[in-house]
Amino acid sequence: MNTGQAPEVVLVTGVSRYLGAQAAARLALDPRIGRVIGLDPNDPTAETSTLLAGTVEVVRADLRTAELAKIMVEYDVRAVVHLAVAAAPDPRAGGRAAMKEQNVIGTMQLLAACQQAPLLRKLVVRSSTAAYGRSFRDPAVFVEDTEPRDLPRGGFARDVLDIEGYVRGFRRRAPHVAATVLRFAPFIGHRANTSLTRYFSLPLVPTVLGRDPRLQFVHVDDAMEILHRSVVENHSGTFNVAGPGAITLSQAVRRAGRVAVPVPEPGMSAVALFARQYGGLSFSLDQLDLFVSGRVVDVTRLAREFNISPRTTEEAFADFLRGLGNSGVLPHSTIRAAEQAILDGIRAVRAAGRGTPQGGGR
Amino acid sequence: MSGVAPGNGAGPRGRDPAGTAGAVTPGDVAPVAGTGDVWDARVAGALAFLRRRLTGQYEVDEFGFDRELTDAVINPLLRPMYRDWFRVEVRGLVHLPATGPGLVVANHSGTVALDALMLALAVHDEHPAHRYLRLLGADLVFRTPFLSEVARKGGATLACNADVERLLDNDELVGVFPEGFKGVGKLYRDRYRLQRFGRGGFVSAALRTGTPIIPAAIVGAEEIYPMIANARPLARLLGMPYFPVTPTFPWLGPLGLVPLPSKWLIEFGEPIDVLPYAEDHDDPVVVYNLADLVREHIQSTLDNLLQVRAAGDYAR
Repeated sequence: MNTGQAPEVVLVTGVSRYLGAQAAARLALDPRIGRVIGLDPNDPTAETSTLLAGTVEVVRADLRTAELAKIMVEYDVRAVVHLAVAAAPDPRAGGRAAMKEQNVIGTMQLLAACQQAPLLRKLVVRSSTAAYGRSFRDPAVFVEDTEPRDLPRGGFARDVLDIEGYVRGFRRRAPHVAATVLRFAPFIGHRANTSLTRYFSLPLVPTVLGRDPRLQFVHVDDAMEILHRSVVENHSGTFNVAGPGAITLSQAVRRAGRVAVPVPEPGMSAVALFARQYGGLSFSLDQLDLFVSGRVVDVTRLAREFNISPRTTEEAFADFLRGLGNSGVLPHSTIRAAEQAILDGIRAVRAAGRGTPQGGGR
Repeated sequence: MSGVAPGNGAGPRGRDPAGTAGAVTPGDVAPVAGTGDVWDARVAGALAFLRRRLTGQYEVDEFGFDRELTDAVINPLLRPMYRDWFRVEVRGLVHLPATGPGLVVANHSGTVALDALMLALAVHDEHPAHRYLRLLGADLVFRTPFLSEVARKGGATLACNADVERLLDNDELVGVFPEGFKGVGKLYRDRYRLQRFGRGGFVSAALRTGTPIIPAAIVGAEEIYPMIANARPLARLLGMPYFPVTPTFPWLGPLGLVPLPSKWLIEFGEPIDVLPYAEDHDDPVVVYNLADLVREHIQSTLDNLLQVRAAGDYAR
């Protein structure tokens, strides 16, 4: 672990989205960092603009323009935090085609600009555990060196593989820049709002028939902490960022007080369409891959390098449930009450049958 | 489980040798205090179990092993088959480590891999430490819906070096069948003849982790579904490694799925210490020779057990 090398000027991409805005605002609050520049082609939303207000200098620019290299030189950028990696297509902003354009071409252009920035010393890139692909011949637990066996079906996972490929090339061409790749498990927490958290908020949760995948989450706060420390300290390399342990999908649904509705795999796309119409839920092949095969990663390298013990997957999910409240179709209090009622009923019947009030075993 | 309450008409369903099914854990509804009412405790335990399952209040490990479900559902379902149908008899239990990692290597047979399940139950029920044998399965198991999930919940995982070494590093007892489909899908006329042991991947995993190899010989599984022919075209059509034709299957339909009640003997052999060879874990010749040693050990134990069984030299 290497401290005391906080960069003076940090450029954060994707600040119109929650993760980017949050990370940029946090970096701006760190006294070790002089300036934080937020880059995004879109205007910040109401929520993100309050986060950014006054501390982050927002520049409206597209990653795919020549402007980028100029900005890097003009502001003397020392570190780049690349968070403009979309996990799900935004139907209002061009859908999947635009998402791929932003993720893949955007990263390519950003790295090209990084290569030309003379003062740049640090690069932090958001990746995902989806980089491990999906195969039935996969080991149960992925370590950072596990190669994907099959190309994943999901668009996001394919983008992530492309992005990591570009970063590998960048590392070769710019060895003086410390590059950190963070492979995040799906984010969760009481404030997180992702397609997965919306999924667990449905009253009836569609699952794939005959599959009960192991899931892993990372708490948003832990993710933020690790992201922040990747910038202000020196942690070159690729790291899995996830809460240790695992829970199964059925377990997660039950803990949320929801009811799982198993659907045969081919029927899932119809359910996805339905969910998009009525629940505002985007449900893609990325999720389907996850719900068939599950995904668990090893976090030994992260824990050793950052000297950190992130919240376990169970703890992170419990925190998400606290934010959700006791709103399910099948609240735990109801189940507990039913259990007590049945038990009392059986005791009453047995006591009546014996003619004496309880106590048979003497 | 002593003293069934008098006047309760001790029910026929009350057999539970490991005493695990209705275990009451902290946080459950307490049985009526001081009565010693066995049935009350059982009902309360069963309801608490149902509640924990319905609310997700149980734990699975990173491989998906659901210990509570294994104790309360999977093992109790297998136990009648183990005890009353196959009348499994176990020898050499002292060779299983009570703690720490171990790699149990066994012969594979029987058309349907019931031998793996019986081996795991033998380790759990008969050994004083009641350890769980973490089985390794082919990718076909994890490709198949339902089966894959039951396998994971029962503690199995994919037979690949990454998973084996991770389990052994976690001090688990791992069960492997190096013959794979070649063993379980062989014809009845080849019974008790060990097939090739692949490339000996299990040996390199043991060498890398310094884990002792415990050879295990299973006699009895060959006769449960005697496979007289393999309908290859049908197998290819269904994407299966083999399609068995037995005297009863597929002729008798679902009835043909009932295994024949053969007498089973399982013997664990003396552990093979691999530490002297640990440095050569990437030397294919060392790995191959060690695999061969294990194979010969199992073959000779099998021959010996067959004589024992032929002589009727067992309890029942």
